Parts: sequence; C-alpha cells; structure tokens
Amino acid sequence: MLVGKSVPRVDAHDKVTGMTRYTDDLCDKSAYIAKVKHADVCHAIVKSIDTTEAEKVPGVVKIVTCFDVPDIPFPTAGHPWSTEPAHQDVADRHLLTKHVRYYGDDVAAVIAEDEISAVQAVRKIKVEYEELPFVLDAQEAMKDGAPQLHEKYPHNILAHTDVRRGNLAEAIKEPGLIKVEGWYDTPTVQHCHIENATCFAYEEDGYIVVYTSTQIPHIVRRIVGQALGIPWGRVRIVKPYIGGGFGDKQDALYEPLCAFLTTQVGGHPVRLTCTREETFANCRVRHAIRSHIISWVRPNGDIVARKLECWSNQGAYASHGHGIAAKGMNAFPQLYPCDNVECDSWTVFTNIQVAGAMRAYGMPQATFANDCNIEDICRRLNLDPVQYRKDHLMPVGYKDAFSKNELYSDTFRQVLDKGMEYIGWKEKWAAYQKPQTGNIRRGIGTAVFWYNTAVWPIALETSSCRMVLNQDGSVNVQMGETEIGQGEDTAAAQMTADVIGLPLDMVHVLTQQDTDVSPFGTGVYASRGTYISGMAIANTGAAFKQKILEKAYEYTRMQPAVMDIRDGNIVRTTDGRVLMTMGELATAALYDRERSEHLSMEKTTQAKTNAYSFGCCFAEVEVNIALCKIKLLNIVNVHDAGKLINPELAKAQVEGGMSMGIGYALSEKMKYDPKTGKLLNGNLLDYKLSTFMDHPHLEAEFVVNPEPTSPFGTKSLGEPPVNPVAPAIRNAVLQATGVAFNELPMDPHLLYRRFSEEHLIR
Amino acid sequence: MAEKQYKLVTCTINGRKRSEMVDVRASLSDMLRNDYRLTSVKIGCEVGECGACTVLINGEAFNSCIYLAIWADGKEITTLEGLSGPNGELSDIQQAFIDNTAAQCGFCTPGFIMTATEILNSGKLYSDEELRKMLSGHLCRCTGYENIFKAVKKTMYSRLGMEYKEDDGPVSDIKVLNSLDFDNHRTS
Repeated sequence: MLVGKSVPRVDAHDKVTGMTRYTDDLCDKSAYIAKVKHADVCHAIVKSIDTTEAEKVPGVVKIVTCFDVPDIPFPTAGHPWSTEPAHQDVADRHLLTKHVRYYGDDVAAVIAEDEISAVQAVRKIKVEYEELPFVLDAQEAMKDGAPQLHEKYPHNILAHTDVRRGNLAEAIKEPGLIKVEGWYDTPTVQHCHIENATCFAYEEDGYIVVYTSTQIPHIVRRIVGQALGIPWGRVRIVKPYIGGGFGDKQDALYEPLCAFLTTQVGGHPVRLTCTREETFANCRVRHAIRSHIISWVRPNGDIVARKLECWSNQGAYASHGHGIAAKGMNAFPQLYPCDNVECDSWTVFTNIQVAGAMRAYGMPQATFANDCNIEDICRRLNLDPVQYRKDHLMPVGYKDAFSKNELYSDTFRQVLDKGMEYIGWKEKWAAYQKPQTGNIRRGIGTAVFWYNTAVWPIALETSSCRMVLNQDGSVNVQMGETEIGQGEDTAAAQMTADVIGLPLDMVHVLTQQDTDVSPFGTGVYASRGTYISGMAIANTGAAFKQKILEKAYEYTRMQPAVMDIRDGNIVRTTDGRVLMTMGELATAALYDRERSEHLSMEKTTQAKTNAYSFGCCFAEVEVNIALCKIKLLNIVNVHDAGKLINPELAKAQVEGGMSMGIGYALSEKMKYDPKTGKLLNGNLLDYKLSTFMDHPHLEAEFVVNPEPTSPFGTKSLGEPPVNPVAPAIRNAVLQATGVAFNELPMDPHLLYRRFSEEHLIR
Repeated sequence: MAEKQYKLVTCTINGRKRSEMVDVRASLSDMLRNDYRLTSVKIGCEVGECGACTVLINGEAFNSCIYLAIWADGKEITTLEGLSGPNGELSDIQQAFIDNTAAQCGFCTPGFIMTATEILNSGKLYSDEELRKMLSGHLCRCTGYENIFKAVKKTMYSRLGMEYKEDDGPVSDIKVLNSLDFDNHRTS
C-alpha cells in the first residue's frame, strides 16, 4: 500500500535541480511584452486617452485602450459555471474599463517588442478622467449618498443573506443572561505566491492558446471564451507547474486580456507578466470583513442566543463575491450550536481592489470573530477556555441540514487534548493566570475551526479521470485537479498505484494540463483536490482494472474473478502465481496482430457529499509591553483531516498554513491611502509576510478519524491550517496582557494604540 | 531615444566559459534566463526582496535581479543547474530538500538551495538563530520554512560529521513574570 506512506513528491527531483518549467520559462523569447496602463485615480470615468507620445516609443507594436475592446461584460470567479442564470457569477468586468472603480484599474495596454519599451510607452499614455467621489469602507459604502460603483447595486450591496433559527427576541428575555458583545475586524491581505501572476498567448490553427499560471484551466477557458465572445472550444489553456496560487489563481486574472491582445497583433505571442507590485495591487486579495457578534449566555456559560452581523469589503468588482461572507456566516451557527441565532451578512462594493478567493474562503475572518467572542465569554465568566470549548462545540453526531455534513467522532476533544499535551497547557495556563504586571508578560491561547471539503451542495462537484496503459505496462493518469505545490500529483500517483495494483514508478500523473488534452475538470480550490480526485481515481481505477483483467483473460485463460493486479503483475489470487507482468500484458494487447487494443478508461465522477474537517491551534506568546512586540514562543496545530495520503506532505501543508496564519495575526495588512485610495505597501518589503525570523518551530499534529464518504478516508487539509492561528495568538495575548485585540494584525502600531488606550504605556 | 547599447560579457557559468553580447541595462537574472535559458533563476520581485533569483557569484550568494549582467564579466557564476554532478548526481543539499519535503510549489527552491550552498560551503557550524538569519533573505509562502530549515541544518551537521538530533518539543520553561521582572522599569 502506498497510500499512507510518506513517499517523496513525484516532482521533487525536478524542483531541486531547476528542471521544473513554469509559465515564463516556456515562453518564446520572440514574444511581445504587454504592459497595462493602470489608472492613477480611484474612481472616475475615462473621458479620453491620448496615445500619440506613447506610439512614438521605439519598439511599440500596438496600443489598445478601453475604447478598443469588445463591449462584453464577463465574470472572473473560478467557480464551476452554473447553467441557471440566477446562480451565475456576476459579469461586471471588461478587458479594459472606461469606468475606473479602483486605484490601478486597467484602462489601456501596450504591446511592445521588449519590456523597457512597453514600460516607457505606458508612462507616456495620457488619460483624461472625470473624477468621482470614492469610498473605501464597506459600511460607509452602504450609507445613503455614498458613491455608487455599479448601477445595478443600490447602496453598493452586492448581496445580503441571513440565517434565522429559533426566536432570538424571545430567548434573550430570560432573566440573568450575560451579554458578551464585540466588533471584530480582519484586514485586507494578499496571497503572495512567489511566482507572480503571468500568462502568454498566441494564435494557432484558429485557436487562441494561452499558457498561464492558474489553478483552474478549464474555467479560464470558459471565461476567455466569454470575454472575447468566441466559442469556448476555440480557446486552449495550458497550465504548466505553478509557483503557488492560494486562491488568487482561482480567478481569471489577465488571461482574457492577454488572449485579446494576441488577436490584435496577428496572433504573435504576447506575454503579460505582472510585476510584484501588480500582483499586489491588481490581482485579488482576501476580503476584509467586519463582524459584530452578541452572545447571550447564562452565568454557567450556556449559550442561549447569538447574533452575528458581518460586512465584507468586496472591492471594485464582484469576482467570488458573496460566497466568502456567506460561507463564514453559515459556519457560525454550526461551530457552537445554540437554539436561537440571527445572522446577517452583506457583501459591499468599495473602491479598493477586488477581493476574491484566498486560502479558506471566508473562514479565517469568521474563525477570528467567533473564537475571539468565545474567549471573551470565557474571560467574562472566568471559565477555562479549553473546557468551555469542549462543552459547547458541536457535539458528536451533529449533522448540518444543508451540507449533510456530520461530526462522526469525538474529534474536537481529541484535537484539543493532543494540542494541550504538546504545549503543556495546564501548567502554563495556570502559571500565566497569575497577575502579571511586568514589562514582559506571557500568555497561552487556543482556537478551533471546522472547514468544509469541496463545494457541494453550493455548486457542482465533478471530476473526470483518464487512465491509459502505456506499452511498458505503466499507467498515465490525467485529471482536472491541478498540481499547485500542494502535492496533488503525488497524492494522485499514490492513490492510483493502490487502486490498480502498481508500484509508484509505474504511475505517471501528467502534470501539465491542457484543455485540449486533459479531461474536463474544474481545478483545485475549496480543499477539494485529494477528496474529489480520490473519488474519481477510485471509480476510474476500479473500472480500468476490471478491463485490464478481462483483457488478461485472453492471454491467461483465467477468469478475471480469480485474478488481481499486484505490484505490477497479473496474479492468480487462488494460489498467488504471477501469470504475466503488466508490461507483458500491455505489449501483448497493443501489438496483437488479431485483436490489437489500446487499453484506457475514462470516467466522470460526480460528488454529492461534503465533509467536515476539524482542528485547533494552541499558541504561547511573550509580549514586550514597552516595545509593543509579540514574540511567538510555541505554536501547534492539530488537525483531523481523516486518513493522510502522505503524512509528510500533509505536515508540510499544515506548516505552510500556520505560517500564513501567523502573518495574518501579527504583520500582514494592505494599507490604502484614505486620501487617494492608493495601495501604500504593495511590495514584499513593506507588506510583512512572515520570514524565516518570524517563526518559532511550527508543530503540526494529527488525529485520524477516517472520513466515511471518501474511498481513501480523506478530507480537506489544504486551506484549514490558516484558520485557527490568528484567534489562538490573539487569545494568548489577551491572557498575557488583559488587552483584547479585536482587529488584525497585532503589529506594533496596533499594540501601541491599544496599550495606550488601556494605560499600559503612556 | 538613445540607441540600445550592448557589451560583451564573458564569464564562467556552471563551470563553462561563456560569452554573449548583453544589453547594458539587463540584470544578471535577465541574462541567465534569456540568453542561457537557465530558468532555475526565478523572478519573484525584481528588486531584491524575495530571493528567488539567487545565484552564486564567485561563491557568494547574490540576488541576480539587482546585479547588472555586465558586472558578471570575468566572474564565476553558479546557478542551481550547476549544482548537480556530471551524470546528474544530486548534491547533498538537493537530496536533503527531497528527503525533508522542503519543496512545495518549488518556485523559491532554487534560490534557497543556492544560499544554503554558500552557508554549507563555509564549513562553519551555525546556531539555529544564525541559520534563520542567513536564510531570511528568501521568502516562501508554501512551507512555513520548517522543512527548509531542517534540510539545511541536517546537511550542515552531516558535512561537519556531527549527529543531528530532532528537537521538535516545545520551549518548556515557564517564567512566572511579575513586577520584579528585569526590565520592568521600561513600563509606565
């Protein structure tokens, strides 16, 4: 069995030798370079564009402005297409825009022979704007008289949804209830994949071919087709290795524009590569969400009623839209269930850049708000925070009516116990509860989360898989689930090897996806990769194996029922005799002069299940009050992701997510100039993602409760690790200092402000 | 607009002497990627923030994106492609990156391995804190740096003939901090 073993990544060799080819590495040197002219105003109508001076720059091939592109609005979100118009993504983008809705919006593009000429020409483009008032805050944008971004959305509200359970108004009349209320703010942050967004396009045989760094090739094909108004089959998307995505590349970024630009220069290759600054300012970000929670609890801690309101800052265009805020809101009544719940969420357009998908899709924001409020309840009532969570988290057997997700095992208790043990909770908690008055103070905190696996029943879950027998008996596997660094190809190889009965080196997962060649699939997002591709591999592999054994009958005279494939051999199960190798079978079948046959199997698997994934984080901090600095001393995440296909890869995934969570907690925030709306820190120097110096050892642990809906017992792990980290650190800082930080990041600026407010410093 | 200017740059790249006419404005990463197709040299920021383009110049690790190609004249340049042996044998640090699951998307990997090579070639023993500092010029979003750290540290120990011990336990000292604490005077 290979599933469950920590085999090295199938792509490791190429990645440590520099042989791995990413999008830019594959682009021909002759390609023209495209550069986008970004608006230097926040909200305006483009009156005119003067390209006269720009055209004179030597090397310029063509300049295209917002007045030259097709008037076809298109959506960009990397969602499976819905055949029902009501559920389709909002089509509010143009390739280039005449209505600038954020600072940096795309108004023109230069195609030049080289990068320097393109950049010089962009600088010489003169744009005349009619400036409009702008708004950067979601709640401000909802007010009467606020600047309007999109005609169809009064008060800038893209969507509002709610949840109602029980009767909150009646329930809170109960005498003696304690009201614990808080406003919790999370910042706009960026994915910071080290490979910038990049693509190149050319025309060939009546097709537009786009090579791009994307998580979702088939979806990008559809969107390019929509944006250009051409049949989707006339678009071919090729996805080589990609240097990280984290959800930013679960959106069509500049692929539609690049595809259009090649058509403007006779199909000559055009490369459009974002600079780091463009990746920050012009790709996607994680929604800033402001949450207001009121919990009504009895003195013993029992939760009688809870109210949540949240406002999600969508930025200028709809992209993934309300899905993010809605996911967080819908999770709220499930984690700490109570009978009376009122939730409302609004997703609101503002004049900042576009928010889309980012690792854990609304849950980092929701988890922060929720587990801060739970901690506030514990402090108010002087209850042990771990015991309180154990007592009030969703109980074993809890079933969500909508997703049909079920908590099958006593997972929460198991992950909390494991985390407590690792970090030494009991001792430390007691020690740090004693009054601390010095400059250096310590605290320990925890937070929990649950997360879905894949997107059913909100959207379609489908996966196609193709398996082909090569001449040597090895098997090629193709799927729609993309390798983006998470290890999808390795997990797929391990699962395929087990399902068919092959050693790992006889399974070749074709990593490069090409919409003309790869079977249809929606890509990777929602931590769906291993769960959904596992179903497709199990189904396709079982059918393929049966087909191979039926073929083997022709050469062995043995019934398929008494044969199996083990370690690359056709074996008679009754006595274990090796009848022929897979190589012999493949050669015999392909080169048979009477009945030659190419053996392959292709199946579509649709999933109509989802799965809860669970975990917790424990963090221990040391706070220097005078320096306004938080030092993270110890941190551990404990996950139940079901069975681990590859434990070392799983651990590595968790560590990466913890790192992102640490940045979210302590240092990352995109800052916008309130006077202009311009992003102020859109580079890797001023935007503080965690470096090697900002972490202690990251401990990743697991409890394993196999997921019954997965043939391999597995469920989501890619996104979840980021969820509990920020609230755990916040709760630790609260114990250390007595100061509740209800916004992120807890950087020295915020610490100085809060410590001043609380008179810890003056 | 001034005419483009080119200059002949002759240098040793991965052990072979090479010459090419190079645009005087080009960075070393441009030259290595475009003229020599050494695509392990990755572009992540082009301003020396991320470390993905790191190469060795006369044995010293540099961000090649902020090093002019013409400065490479007469220098000895090593990229990740030059670390493997003549028959594709992996160097110890490359093998350690595989064994410790230190690469995920792989985009920062070449830069990290080049800086690690410089560190390891010094033949010195560094503390954890020193290693972290020396590697901190590289950004990675996938790994949390944990396995990269292990790969480098294990290889350092192995080169120095020392036994590596896994030490993943939590820092366990409990200080009960009170008003007598050493730097209490700094607070109000």
